[in-house]
Amino acid sequence: MRILYFAWVKQRVGVAEEEVAPPPEVRDVAGLVDWLSGRSEGHAAAFANRRTIRAAVNQDFAGPDHPVAAGDEVAFFPPVTGG
Amino acid sequence: MTPRIAIQEAPFDLAAETARLTAGRANVGGLASFVGLCRADDGLAAMVLEHYPGMTERAIARIAGEAAERWALLGLTVIHRVGRLEPGAPIVLVLTASAHRAAALESCAFLIDWLKTGAPFWKREEFADGAERWVEAKAADDAAAARWTRA
Repeated sequence: MRILYFAWVKQRVGVAEEEVAPPPEVRDVAGLVDWLSGRSEGHAAAFANRRTIRAAVNQDFAGPDHPVAAGDEVAFFPPVTGG
Repeated sequence: MTPRIAIQEAPFDLAAETARLTAGRANVGGLASFVGLCRADDGLAAMVLEHYPGMTERAIARIAGEAAERWALLGLTVIHRVGRLEPGAPIVLVLTASAHRAAALESCAFLIDWLKTGAPFWKREEFADGAERWVEAKAADDAAAARWTRA
């Protein structure tokens, strides 16, 4: 599974992307956030306030209940501020 | 009507983009454009725009597709710049063409409202004293986009 980070989420995690292999019990975006939070202090800091985090699965916006599986591209970022 | 969507560091040329939508055709009766510029609020030195390559184009294409479905458009252009932009620099261009003004004006407003809330861009502000901060999403932008949601 390929994980991408953007904006301040990327700054806190410390990398722009990483390849991970979560255990089978990680089935959705919320579960993935829980699991990623345990990877480092930076990850824990990035995900400390879940309400400020948005996600995309395979380049479509996705909520916490959205399923994730091996081979997916999952991105985490703050609420968008373009335009 | 194939929308023109571009994400680029380079500036855009409004006159050239307008000509692109109207050259060689006599059915366009109205063009609407929105150009967003970088303001120098609070002593801003520069704005740095980051995006999610791939998803950005996808998200804008979806929003453009919805605009084309809701309004009778003859042309649609969205250009969004990324990278480091200084105060006064143009950031985003939305250009719509239609036979009659309402479709162009309304779809242009729809597109810029949705670009603010539905496309993966993030703005970081850099100040003259070296401080920096990420721009936070505004509730007013969500409300502006929500007014286009059909019941």
